[in-house]
Amino acid sequence: MSEEFKIEIVNPEKSFLVKDDVSEVVVPAFEGEMGILKDHISIISFLKPGIVKILSKSGDENYYIEDGIVEFKNNNLSILTSSIFNLTDLDKSKKDDLLKLAEEEANNPEINDQSKYLVDQKIEVLRSLN
Amino acid sequence: MASLDDLKKRIASVKSTQKITKAMKMVAAAKLRRAQESAEKGRPYSEKMNNIILNLSSGISDKENAPKLLSGSGNDKVQLCVVMTSDRGLCGGFNSNIIKKAKSYFTKIIEEGKDLKIITVGSKGNDQLKRVYGDKIIANISFKESKHANYFDAEKVGKMVIEKFEAEEFDVCTIFYNQFKNVITQIPQAQQIIPLNVENSEEDKSEDSYEFEPDEDEILSNLLPKNISTQIFKAMLENSASEQGSRMSAMDNATRNAGEMVDKLTIEYNRSRQAAITKELIEIISGAESL
Repeated sequence: MSEEFKIEIVNPEKSFLVKDDVSEVVVPAFEGEMGILKDHISIISFLKPGIVKILSKSGDENYYIEDGIVEFKNNNLSILTSSIFNLTDLDKSKKDDLLKLAEEEANNPEINDQSKYLVDQKIEVLRSLN
Repeated sequence: MASLDDLKKRIASVKSTQKITKAMKMVAAAKLRRAQESAEKGRPYSEKMNNIILNLSSGISDKENAPKLLSGSGNDKVQLCVVMTSDRGLCGGFNSNIIKKAKSYFTKIIEEGKDLKIITVGSKGNDQLKRVYGDKIIANISFKESKHANYFDAEKVGKMVIEKFEAEEFDVCTIFYNQFKNVITQIPQAQQIIPLNVENSEEDKSEDSYEFEPDEDEILSNLLPKNISTQIFKAMLENSASEQGSRMSAMDNATRNAGEMVDKLTIEYNRSRQAAITKELIEIISGAESL
């Protein structure tokens, strides 16, 4: 019995990643990190900024994600996100750009509590990457 | 009858116009392929989004407290219409088809005594609508700088719509765009995005229970604004594919017409050239005869 399931990451422009030999995925769910293995119960949750870890036979991959929704059903994991970056492609200058954007947003006085929380998360994650 | 010189100039000018339309057709064909590709690539996202929302909204316990974006504000007095057109012309009936569809909807609304507010996306729609509905247009957005439709632009429009909805500036929001069917056919569409029409989607309602984290309401209220942007983005993608398709067939027609015109003008040119020669010959012969 194989312990693998399928993952699909889509962003509005295209289907970002499809893999069907994934053994475990760790996603930064809204209420904390969540590891998903095969035969997990059907779940919908949304994501906060963080790192998506994909463990598979063909190698592990890490992605930085800013927002998104995750759905798991019948051993199909779909992640819908509008901004996702492969960590290996994310170089220093890009990280700094993202960090600057986030900091600007955090300093906006009209920001509401929830987005403030998300932006703080973003900054924290981005700093930890450097 | 036009002189030989005039005809010659005319032929040259039609030929150069033909060259331009031919080039435009080729460019449109290349762009169409790309636009079509991105429209297809964008489909999974909006489909998945739709599915999740469907699953969520069918599971929601009390409809009373459902997010307003889903259930609406309770009445339909003020209608917001987002009319999406292109920024460039020379694309056949593309823009006028959308405008026509939108205008008939506007008249209906006004006849029913409801308030109308318009947001135009793309400058061509604004140009055509401002003559009649100038006072109803509350905003005009144009993405002339962006080379092709991207999500960032769609999000801008989406955020604006949501802000206005939360400020209770309108009750119902409808977007107008062209749906791409094939190169020759584009269907103008009116799609209501606020409140969301959940009933009309005929999905097999799989009754498997999801686990939600956090609860349904919170996910839904986070998801719905995203869905608005996604729907707008989808409309933008369809629109850009339609625009290129429409331009391609329009330019194809123009090239063909120019070709016909050149043929006709060439025949006329040859005829009058021959007539001139014949006339000269007659003159010479009759001159020689009279000697």
